[in-house]
Amino acid sequence: MSRAVEETNRAMLRARDAMDRAYAQPLDTPTLAKIAHVSEAHFIRTFRATFGETPHRYLQRRRVERAMYLLLHTDQDVTQVCYAVGFGSLGTFSRTFRQIVGASPTDYRKRRTMPAAPVPSCFTKAWTRPSSFG
Amino acid sequence: MTMNAISRSQIYVLDQDEALDFYIGKLGLELNTDQDLGFMRWLTVNVPGDREREILLEKPGPPNLDPVTAEQVRELLTKGAAGGFLFMTTDDAHKTYEELVAKGVDITDEPMERPYGIDFGIRDPFGNRIRIGQMFERP
Repeated sequence: MSRAVEETNRAMLRARDAMDRAYAQPLDTPTLAKIAHVSEAHFIRTFRATFGETPHRYLQRRRVERAMYLLLHTDQDVTQVCYAVGFGSLGTFSRTFRQIVGASPTDYRKRRTMPAAPVPSCFTKAWTRPSSFG
Repeated sequence: MTMNAISRSQIYVLDQDEALDFYIGKLGLELNTDQDLGFMRWLTVNVPGDREREILLEKPGPPNLDPVTAEQVRELLTKGAAGGFLFMTTDDAHKTYEELVAKGVDITDEPMERPYGIDFGIRDPFGNRIRIGQMFERP
């Protein structure tokens, strides 16, 4: 019983790691389900049960976090940032960004400053991802 | 009162033989101690040549933990939420990365240059995180 849970958890974690690593690629549900060795429907359900949010939501917020980072720490324009973090269209990017962050990418860049934290970047990535948990 | 070193760290593993395959076979660490104490298998590894700093590869279970708690630890570990995190350094991050990719190790973060060095992230077979960095000299 517990072995099965552990194997499932580890497989879901492998898919989540893939999102953290390869967010810039067009990671769709079939690709992620394949990484986790389960069917698509099973993957979405199980991922949510394991991590408290759907894979889509997790990836969306990973991409927005990376976009927030690029907006504050690079000179790339909004279109470049949009494609660099894996969004397929500028419209989707702007809408999603505004929905999650509460400001447009351009306004966010103008209003916010965040010094680069002197810690391993995986912590920054993990702790500044706008999650669904408040 | 002055502490002067971190001599041992501990992480949880689900299977100690599999842990040896990974930490020695893939990461190239050295076996430090593998002793059956009767009540537990005391298993530690170290970075090659650095026997004074050991990593204890401990299997969660009774009687130290009750079965339900042990199961919770195992579940959190496989979710990547048990807290195990090792930081190691290397002379050549890109080369080490390529070698680990060739060995099929789970990569969480590809090598990138940061203000503090070039580093990348991997995960062990159980869910613990490991970060490997080629660090710049600190100012």
